Amino acid sequence: MNVNLSIDPAFVAEVLVDFLKREAGKFSFSRGVIGLSGGLDSTVSAYLAAQAYGPENVLGILMPYKTSSPSSITDAEEVVKKTGIRSLKVEITPLVDAFFAQVPEADRVRRGNVMARCRMIVLFDQSYKEKALVIGTSTKSELMLGYGTWYGDMASSINPLGDLYKTQERQLAAFLGVPEKILQKAPSADLWTGQSVEGELGFSYEEADPILYLLVDERWWAEEIIEAGLPAEIVKRIEKIVAASQFKRALPIIAKLSRRTVGIDFQLSRDWSR
Amino acid sequence: MADKIKIALAQLAPKLGDVKANLELHLETIGKAQSQGADLVVFPELSLTGYLLKDMVPEVALRRDSPAMQKILKASENIAVIFGLAEEDPAYVYYNSACFADGGKIVYIHRKVFLPTYGMFDEGRFFGEGTKLAAFNTRFGRFGLLICEEAWHSFCPYLLMLDGAILVANIANGTARGLEEKSRMGSSAIWEKMNRFYSDLHGFFWIFVNRVGFEDGVGFWGGSEIIDPAGQLEVKLPYFEEDLKTTEISMGKVRRARLKTPLLRDEKLDFAINELLRIRGGNHPDSPAKKPLQAAVAKRRKVKR
Repeated sequence: MNVNLSIDPAFVAEVLVDFLKREAGKFSFSRGVIGLSGGLDSTVSAYLAAQAYGPENVLGILMPYKTSSPSSITDAEEVVKKTGIRSLKVEITPLVDAFFAQVPEADRVRRGNVMARCRMIVLFDQSYKEKALVIGTSTKSELMLGYGTWYGDMASSINPLGDLYKTQERQLAAFLGVPEKILQKAPSADLWTGQSVEGELGFSYEEADPILYLLVDERWWAEEIIEAGLPAEIVKRIEKIVAASQFKRALPIIAKLSRRTVGIDFQLSRDWSR
Repeated sequence: MADKIKIALAQLAPKLGDVKANLELHLETIGKAQSQGADLVVFPELSLTGYLLKDMVPEVALRRDSPAMQKILKASENIAVIFGLAEEDPAYVYYNSACFADGGKIVYIHRKVFLPTYGMFDEGRFFGEGTKLAAFNTRFGRFGLLICEEAWHSFCPYLLMLDGAILVANIANGTARGLEEKSRMGSSAIWEKMNRFYSDLHGFFWIFVNRVGFEDGVGFWGGSEIIDPAGQLEVKLPYFEEDLKTTEISMGKVRRARLKTPLLRDEKLDFAINELLRIRGGNHPDSPAKKPLQAAVAKRRKVKR
């Protein structure tokens, strides 16, 4: 079965640039900060933000750790050069190492999470100084699979990519003219040497996206997707992963005691705060 | 009744919950429409308040005698204005309403009957349902108002045709959804299909005004348009951008369309009523609505035994 996830990238880019401008403008923001990893997500976000706010109003922040792959830095530098955005390099090695000096037994997942959260601290600190919004970089594939660090790389103020699957994002990236080697790179959070999405999840985004699309957007039952010929084992695993990661897509749970409770029946749009 | 009408489509982006700012925007836009020579200016759904109001509804709702209403009515002294508001009635029920104002007065207020409450929509939680759908007389001819979702229920345009409307305005907050199309949203494609289909089938002018801008990440795609009674495009506004454009339409097109295809003449009102009564399960012996009920009762009895 062939699931069509093709988009009109020129049209989508136009909508997303309009989104970035208008949503930030409502809160009197016209600048953005983005953590640049040299990967596809932050690159696409940077291209869009540069168009929306003008390159001089976007600050790309490179935040390497001592084990980060050297190509992460050189690729991020190329993005800075190509988009003309401003950039800043903040090594997170002293922060992370100071933290783990006290918990030397932490495994690589804990270490990875702390790195992602240190980067979040740097981004939000810079956003305050810059009077800018932190621009998110998680795609719909990552949000649905919960593949990201909660309050780490998943934290942002505005996210242009959150409703695009990775395979759709690639079409957008090609249209925006992102460097070919970034486009071809295997997706990785680069939290430890050799980490890859496929290695961790056991399937690629090319395999996951059609399944997610049918499950989430088209509301097929898992059995129907399997019957249509998609790999049963991956379908079942994805169905479980999506449900298990729901907490990452929600606010903290609040115990309802009053008659009007945050997150339950205090129902207002975010625009209300304007 | 006018033969030529100049209609201004006001495709704008209201500020959510800010009636004061939106009122200013309306007054300014009405002035611009007048300077373009327009006889009628049409704003989108909930144009005075914005869309994703939720708990804000009672804070922004207006009564017919509210000062903001008086200001916009005053601006309608020399130009007819269609606009959207959250309306509070004296019993504190709130409606998603469309107002036709002209000559400084309210000509008609339509309260949205179909409040989408599914998927991304939650209108039924925050608004009460209107209970009437009627055409009304204006200096341009008999007019019908629909609000957004009502176009998705095909008998709404049908009722307005039967009630004599030769002009229908659907004011909308059409949300941008679906990436399967080229150069437009998936949701735009179906709206554009409906606009053409309804006008062609019912032989009336169809004025569609949709807003632009974003609210909490939800985009509104604009693309307002007027379709003539033969299903042909009169004017199209851009996607996603504010615009104000005035177009002259010729009412002779209604007569010609209805002579060519006399569908209204051949409508069978009593037949439709009888069939609706049968389907609803009134007193008709063939009612399918009765059968499942009888079957369910029989089944329950069986289980008891």
